[in-house]
Amino acid sequence: MDEIDTLAHIDHSHVTFPQGMVLDCGTALTAVDVAFRTYGTLNAARTNAVLVCHALTGDQYVAETHPVTGKPGWWDAVVGPGLPIDTDRYFVICANVLGGCMGSTGPRSPRPDVAPAVPWGTDFPPVTIRDMVRAQKMLIDHLGIARLFAVIGGSMGGMQVLQWAADFPDAVFAAIPVATAAYHSAQNIAFHEVGRQAIFADPDWLGGRYWETGKIPARGLAVARMCAHITYLSEQALTRKFGRRLQNAPKDPGEAISLFGDMFEVESYLRHQGSTFVHRFDANSYLTITRAMDFFDMTTDHGGDLAAAFKGTRTRFCLVSFTSDWLFPTSESRSIARALNRAAANVSFVEIPSDKGHDAFLLDEPDFHRMLAGFLRGCAEHAGLG
Amino acid sequence: MRGWDEMNNEAPVRFVAKNMRVDLHLIGDMIAPGTRVLDIGSGDGALIEHLYRTKGCDARGIEIDMAEVTRSVTHGLAVMHGDADVDLAHYPDAAFDYVVLSRTLQAVERPAEVLRQMLRIGARAVVSFPNFGHWLVRWQLLRRGRMPVTPTWNRSWHETPNIHPCTIHDFFDLCAQEGYAVEQWLAADEAGRRAPWRRYPRLANLFGEQAVVLLRRA
Repeated sequence: MDEIDTLAHIDHSHVTFPQGMVLDCGTALTAVDVAFRTYGTLNAARTNAVLVCHALTGDQYVAETHPVTGKPGWWDAVVGPGLPIDTDRYFVICANVLGGCMGSTGPRSPRPDVAPAVPWGTDFPPVTIRDMVRAQKMLIDHLGIARLFAVIGGSMGGMQVLQWAADFPDAVFAAIPVATAAYHSAQNIAFHEVGRQAIFADPDWLGGRYWETGKIPARGLAVARMCAHITYLSEQALTRKFGRRLQNAPKDPGEAISLFGDMFEVESYLRHQGSTFVHRFDANSYLTITRAMDFFDMTTDHGGDLAAAFKGTRTRFCLVSFTSDWLFPTSESRSIARALNRAAANVSFVEIPSDKGHDAFLLDEPDFHRMLAGFLRGCAEHAGLG
Repeated sequence: MRGWDEMNNEAPVRFVAKNMRVDLHLIGDMIAPGTRVLDIGSGDGALIEHLYRTKGCDARGIEIDMAEVTRSVTHGLAVMHGDADVDLAHYPDAAFDYVVLSRTLQAVERPAEVLRQMLRIGARAVVSFPNFGHWLVRWQLLRRGRMPVTPTWNRSWHETPNIHPCTIHDFFDLCAQEGYAVEQWLAADEAGRRAPWRRYPRLANLFGEQAVVLLRRA
């Protein structure tokens, strides 16, 4: 696992904004790339655009084979012809977040102020969810779209949805924050910190300058992924999928079990998750984006009252949570729903029964998919989309 | 008596005979077109759908039964999961023109507080409730000496969600005590047919199976 090359270089379709942007931290990026994919057709009135916001380790390849992993799109059960986010009706856009590693400006991008060019690495300025959203807004403006029909996303994608609705209320007709929260909890920050420390502890990380050796901090990043992956599942899901089964159970019951030789299926699964992840994700991006999530706190940003973020909003909201999600539990969605009530917003709020934990929003959940399709259909009627 | 079996086959989690269609039109008739309406205990969403389709209202719902919430949202209606006893406090003053409570008042923990919240967040409240003063209820209690079980009050005392039954007189007393003005009211039978004695509260309290009342702050 130690001898893994740096991420394959792939040209991701993108747009460059030469004017750059000033980040929340005060640093000015002189030019900003936003890599994105679209599906479906923008109608003549430009009113049928749906922006999908991806989560921490997601990217813009929502509904097509991923160019790096060769796997299907991360939401190909939701986005596509005849699916809940119906590409026969809607023009779907998904952009790689600022700070990401799939073509948008991030820690892998070359520093403009150093020659010969080296990647930013950990010198990449801290970005916020708000910065990510402003980069997406530049893309939406570039595409000539004044108002998005809907903005949707789960987990960190849901944070972006909330930020969109708060910062650009007139540009969002419907907002669907899924399995998310208005701030990252202490417990969630704690899990992120374990992941970051695993990366820091990997000697191949080299203080973030691993490009110099051509290696990546694969062990550290894999452990970070393994730890995070546990938080995406539920106890019931782990029990159902793996239980206490051994992958290499001794054939003879009398045979001694070695301390590390026999592997529980759940261990093998996590190791697999960790080792495949490092082929597609940049460690410094992981550090940057987990930090952006940790910093997210819309309540504090609005003087301690989340309702102030949505005052006077005309956006139609649909909050969705899942019963077994302990990373972004239903109580977090409920407090957002109540804040929206205080702002007299139009809000739907549903908790979907599922034993799949936080990951449920990515998986086959027919009730969720039907509800999403129905909510969008209802909104389309109100928006006058035929 | 209509629909004994039909009523008994329903298994409402919290409401008695939660068939919105019964009083849907009666309530709808009290609501002006194009207004903002919050339906508390919106059930399957039939009323908000009706108000949106026929009157162009901005109608939203709160419902405690998650399966009903999911069904409503899947149907394209703006419904959130919530509890009338808890969640009304989160709405701002005068956010709605009408707040509707259909056959739910008798099932909430604090009916007076729920009414107070309704008339805080809405200019007007429409409340419908099954009438415990109906002659059959009185007769059963008198004759058998046991808690009445009727098509309306169709679950036994130990499993009914209806913890605060009241009569039409009781409700009017509460309105007077709280200082609410009754703008319109009527009594109806279980099928939602207006009763001819709606101008006579005594008769309505004896023969009306349910009442629909439009209130405002006096």
